[in-house]
Amino acid sequence: MCSLALFPPPLPTGQTTLCESNNELLESSPLSLYFPRESLKLHSRTESSSKAAFLDHSETLWMRSAAAWRDGGFTGLLSEITNSNTEVPKWLSVTSGCILALLQKFSSFHGSLFPHLTLSSEDMIAEFSQVLNWSDCVVRAFAWHPHTDKFAVAMMDDSIKIYNPKSATTPTLKHRLQRSVAAVQWKPLCASALAVACQNCLLIWHVDPCSLSARPSSGCAQVLSHPGHSPVTSIAWSPSGSLLLSASPMDTAMMVWDVASESCVPLQRVGGGGVTFLSWSPDGSHVLASTPSALFRVWETRMWTCERWPCVKGRCQSGCWSPDGSRLLFSVQGEMVIYALTFSNGPQAAAVVADLSETTFNTPDGDIVVGGEIQSLTWDPTGERLAVLLKGDPQAVNRPAIIAVFKTRTSPIFELLPCGFVQGEPSAEPRLMQFHPSFQHGALLTVCWSSGRITHVPFYFLSAGVPHFGLSGSPLLPRPQMRPTDLANQSLYTELTS
Amino acid sequence: MFSSDQSYWFVRKVICWRAAAGIAWAVLLLPPIAAVFLVLSRFSLLHPVQTISECLSLLTSASAIFSLILMCGVVILVGFLNLEYYTVIPTIACSKIALLGHLLHPRQLVNSLAHCIMGIIVAWCCAITIGDRYEILGYPCPQSDGDGSPHLCLNEYHLILLLAGAFVGFSHSLLGVIHNMNYVSFHTVQQYKYLLVKGSLPMVVKCSATQALYSIRNYIVLYFFLGYIPKAWICGTLNLHLNSSVQPLDSIAGLLDLCLLYHLWISTSFLLFTWHITLLLFRIFVTEVYSFPVQSSFTEEAHQCLPKVLTEKQPMILKFLALQDLALLSQHSPSRRCEVLSLSQPGGHPHNWNAISKECLSLLADLTQRLVAYHDTVATNGRAKSLSAGSERKTSSDRSVTSGTEELMSPRPTLLLKTPASVFARSIVGTPRSPLTAPFTPDLDSPLTSPALRRFTAPVEQCSPWFGTVQSPHVMRRAPKLWSTSTDSQVNGSPQSSLASVPSPKQEPSKPSLLAQFLQNRKEQVYKELMLDNFLFQLPEASSQALFADSQAHIWALEGLSYLVQASFSEDQFGVVQTTLPSILSCMLVLQEAVDRHFKLPHASSKPVRSAAGMGDSTHKTLRFALRATLKTAIYRITTTFGDHLNAVQMSAEHLKRLQQFLEYKE
Repeated sequence: MCSLALFPPPLPTGQTTLCESNNELLESSPLSLYFPRESLKLHSRTESSSKAAFLDHSETLWMRSAAAWRDGGFTGLLSEITNSNTEVPKWLSVTSGCILALLQKFSSFHGSLFPHLTLSSEDMIAEFSQVLNWSDCVVRAFAWHPHTDKFAVAMMDDSIKIYNPKSATTPTLKHRLQRSVAAVQWKPLCASALAVACQNCLLIWHVDPCSLSARPSSGCAQVLSHPGHSPVTSIAWSPSGSLLLSASPMDTAMMVWDVASESCVPLQRVGGGGVTFLSWSPDGSHVLASTPSALFRVWETRMWTCERWPCVKGRCQSGCWSPDGSRLLFSVQGEMVIYALTFSNGPQAAAVVADLSETTFNTPDGDIVVGGEIQSLTWDPTGERLAVLLKGDPQAVNRPAIIAVFKTRTSPIFELLPCGFVQGEPSAEPRLMQFHPSFQHGALLTVCWSSGRITHVPFYFLSAGVPHFGLSGSPLLPRPQMRPTDLANQSLYTELTS
Repeated sequence: MFSSDQSYWFVRKVICWRAAAGIAWAVLLLPPIAAVFLVLSRFSLLHPVQTISECLSLLTSASAIFSLILMCGVVILVGFLNLEYYTVIPTIACSKIALLGHLLHPRQLVNSLAHCIMGIIVAWCCAITIGDRYEILGYPCPQSDGDGSPHLCLNEYHLILLLAGAFVGFSHSLLGVIHNMNYVSFHTVQQYKYLLVKGSLPMVVKCSATQALYSIRNYIVLYFFLGYIPKAWICGTLNLHLNSSVQPLDSIAGLLDLCLLYHLWISTSFLLFTWHITLLLFRIFVTEVYSFPVQSSFTEEAHQCLPKVLTEKQPMILKFLALQDLALLSQHSPSRRCEVLSLSQPGGHPHNWNAISKECLSLLADLTQRLVAYHDTVATNGRAKSLSAGSERKTSSDRSVTSGTEELMSPRPTLLLKTPASVFARSIVGTPRSPLTAPFTPDLDSPLTSPALRRFTAPVEQCSPWFGTVQSPHVMRRAPKLWSTSTDSQVNGSPQSSLASVPSPKQEPSKPSLLAQFLQNRKEQVYKELMLDNFLFQLPEASSQALFADSQAHIWALEGLSYLVQASFSEDQFGVVQTTLPSILSCMLVLQEAVDRHFKLPHASSKPVRSAAGMGDSTHKTLRFALRATLKTAIYRITTTFGDHLNAVQMSAEHLKRLQQFLEYKE
């Protein structure tokens, strides 16, 4: 098993990771994209202040009831009737009050079974998002285009910017319904479609890559919504680009959208109380769907049946698939280990592959404690680097959130080796990370920091999976700085081939 | 005909059995549904235990069993009607008059009548089940005047329930036409049947209940105004009397009986639910994936293999299921893909791949042509309307009266401008062409051959952009051919495969009988007249929907082709796919161009209004969007897989330029 004790110590404060080259993480100040918090125009919540400017207008009971029915549904109507007890007959207001109380009793019982249902939708997104401390993030979601060097960044002010090195314009996407963006993802095998998980709906933007418009109209967005399916915390396109999955912790059903026809098929299973996180395997054969309870499911995408995987301790926080879709790594809330599940030869128990319990490193600036619970996991598309975002402890000074990177190998046997820590500027903690889907020279990790900075950390290596023009796949260049003795005496996680 | 015999096996062996299984399950589900209905209809809040014991005793009574048997008969009949009337290509009325025509079609009238009668039967069963005051039609009148002769009085409660059944049956059948309820759509997500049924049950319950609510509302209004007619008629025929001491029901006071309304609603919901569940089961069973063998070692089973089945046209569902199977095998099944890409054992011909790719390409080319023709008619009509009538050579009415098919088929000068033939001709002359193919292509330059004939002699090349515009043999024989001419001669031997489906979006089973011919002619005439009326009663975007009505087939063809081509990158050992790659790509690109042009028309890209949840399937309304997305994804799938290797594919310069756009992700 690989543990953090085998890692090289983190860099002293003030130094920033630049890239990995020749098996070492080098430090320097990288080029970055910077969104200062002050530059964003946040929503000014002035509804209460503007109220004084309007005269109080009393509507009839019918109008108010109709409005309550429209806005709040049945419970809204009941509470409206209960509140206006001077205008309605006494029996009606008493009856509706009783029904309302019963409903509240029932919902509080339901809430005690699934505590997350009592959260507000913003809190719920923050709780289940893959982003660390989502509500305080300047950059709330980030997505590389699967085929080109283009990415979308969702900001705190609910706008989305699209950066493309080949084009001078950076389109800004804004929409009335684009609130509290929890995730964005580009459609595979398509140049223009971007799915956005919002508070109340899903938006599918069609951003023409050749368009010079800096502000595409909201007519370019398709709105997908289903009653009871909000807030949407996770989305996943199928790798073939035909289907879109969406999940909401409030809804026990996972939606399979046919985006073009705007129709959805709910896939409902009893238990769990919602779906929080989705991850589609790169080969398209399986989908990981975690729930707010200690249970997650792995769907098989041909006939859409699922396997239930109950966890012992907490819910499944994050997960990622190996490139061939045969292996799933996941982390569980409340545990400091990474589990692996293999799907090639039938179901089996999950195996612990890495121990991330807290380890103290001595640095010139004092001791730093690294380790703890895992916020998110990502695996690069070649299957050679695994990045783990560790939560750290915001209260303690010497326990920062940090990204630990592992070297991985999936064939012939599964191996995890330590690589190093990715650090940013002082007092900036990593919030969100993603690997570039098609980086030519190894892997490229993009990290969004709490300061509003986005940096790209390349890992230069020769991929073992891709054939090289050389002698039987061996690396062309000798690696002078490689220290085989160092590597040999570290006990690494190695899968036993049984 | 031989081929119809061959395709008949499918209807006999698969479709009928599937329908029978669906009906059997519907019959099996009927007793529990009836029990629930019984409990709901007789439930009284004050005596719950008594209600349940009553229901239990009633369930075992002879009358309950008899009515259950009757309802089973109704369900079986509904199942047969579903099987008789189902379609995989929706009939879309382009104008209000066409819709009226569909409603008044004799076939439809028979359907409505059958539903009416079945509604009455089910309502009678409901009346028996609810019992109480609904149970019998006549009852002895109270002896008011004291004379000895006993009269029978009309029980209006019984009558109102029976009439409600008739009305709901009739309106159900009418709504079925309006909402295309007989259209069977295929699922985008494959699931097991049990899960599908379980998943859609809440939807069926909800939509039965709401439809029942609306039907009852309409029925009550109707009964209030016209209720006296059936009442008087029944009284007259059966010699019944009206009891003057009872409040008549076609009055406000009579209809404001909450208990009566509840019973009407629950009976109607029950009736609709049993029918809807039968329909749902039929749809689920009949659209289940059927796995055709790709090749068989026995010659007597050859007609059941995928390449043969794909070319069949007669039961449309056979073609659809075959295409669905193709799309699925190309995605999920490496071993079956391997069979598709294999060579025939003696001879070494890729017969499977040739047949499959040819059929898919002809489907796509057919759609392209349809789109181009539609676009041209719309464009000319639009111009005729906008310009003054004098400057136009033909007015719009003039145009629509001239023979429709020839009009659609004739070459368009606009297209020539769009695709400069000189550019293609130059690139074409350079490509090597097999001398073997030459004798099989008839002399197309002869002035005696009609343009239509020229078209059908070279169906393989339908996908080329100048198809329908340029009649040059150089152009027609462009694609390099590696294998012998056997496939080409097959192609030329069956020209009607593309002929039948070209002119109209609706593919009618054409029987060579005189009556059918006459009907066909009448239909075309009516259609032309309706074209005229379109300008007055045109439903927006309906013509666009009608154009893409069978696009599910094209979507599968695109998916199947693109996945197979993608898989061929690593799995095609013999280079089978490479020979057809240029034609596949150009076919897709031409279709892409036509689709893009179509979506620039007004109403084409407007989204249909979200209909409220009903049993009618509205998938057909969005098929064109699905097709557009699938087409783009299919081209991207090929370009992403092959990457820069595509630059080596022999294609026209314009197509290469277009492909470059896809390679750079700029589409």
